Amino acid sequence: MSEKLTPQFRPSDHDIRSVDAMCVNESELSHPWWYNFKYSVAGILFGIVLVKAEIVSWFRIQEMFRLQSFHMYGIIGTAVVIGVISVALIKKLRVKTIYGEPVTFQSKTFSRGHIFGGLLFGFGWALTGACPGPLFAQFGTGGLVVLVTFLSALAGTWVYGYFRDKLPH
Amino acid sequence: MEFLTKPWPWWVAGTFIGLLVPTLLILGNKHFGVSSNLRHICAACFPANIGFFKYDWKKEIWNFFFVGGILAGGVIAAVFLNAGEPVQVHPELVNDLAAYGVGQPEGLLPADLFSFDSLMTVRGFIMIVVGGFLVGFGTRYAGGCTSGHAIMGLSNLQWPSLIATIAFMAGGFAMTHLLLPLILSL
Repeated sequence: MSEKLTPQFRPSDHDIRSVDAMCVNESELSHPWWYNFKYSVAGILFGIVLVKAEIVSWFRIQEMFRLQSFHMYGIIGTAVVIGVISVALIKKLRVKTIYGEPVTFQSKTFSRGHIFGGLLFGFGWALTGACPGPLFAQFGTGGLVVLVTFLSALAGTWVYGYFRDKLPH
Repeated sequence: MEFLTKPWPWWVAGTFIGLLVPTLLILGNKHFGVSSNLRHICAACFPANIGFFKYDWKKEIWNFFFVGGILAGGVIAAVFLNAGEPVQVHPELVNDLAAYGVGQPEGLLPADLFSFDSLMTVRGFIMIVVGGFLVGFGTRYAGGCTSGHAIMGLSNLQWPSLIATIAFMAGGFAMTHLLLPLILSL
């Protein structure tokens, strides 16, 4: 996205959150905070899969980039096929959430950041063997040093935010 | 129990991760994505008056519950579903790494590269700190990571996500084949 975060546009809170983000959520519902635990259950299952299918493994990521294993391609490919079918069905059947809210989708506009940022993330992925999801699950397997990887990633995001307006988009 | 403790096949993992997409949408219109959490943590803890971090991060609080779950799931899998067998790695990769003094694989991460001892070396510092920094910087610059772009974005047929995914892979191949050999020999 190319819009600048300058005050004269007075962007709404949702506008700011939407910048450089795939997943932004707006709900008019106000639930007690503990309703969010259902997402923790989904996260726990995801974390178990990330470790048990060795997606968090530095070796599996290296094998992927060295074309020595089909494993990661199979995982991402299967997930995308099921995701595409699911999203198509949700749109076609106008499936609502369990609280009766409509499920909404936003289209993303292309920016050069998708290429520049994508390449930089690719470098980091091959070095650490972790994309952000597995980074959280690596804590369970990789020991305390993964905390350093995590804090470095946090610093990277912060530095990006600091220099965002000066970078090509 | 044995089928749980052995490494899970790709089609089990792929099916499960694919089903996360409709699950999160139906649970509350949530779009699958993880890297935004790094931004929400920045917004919550050190916004430093930067416009990019000045928003109501509490509206995305579900995401913290989600990654808290990922963390807990990782621990559960490592502690309770672990047969304790060394990880199987392609023999060519094992040989390549041995040439750089990286020993026989045991855990999911090579201990000779990812440890506090290694962190104090130039090689380990680049792999852990520079690598981590690039993950955080790159994913936000690209507007998403493997979950947000490669899984959620492609599921929603977004062509910018396809370009981002191709860039992720291109970056990974370039690092692995061009730069990593140099870094490993440091």
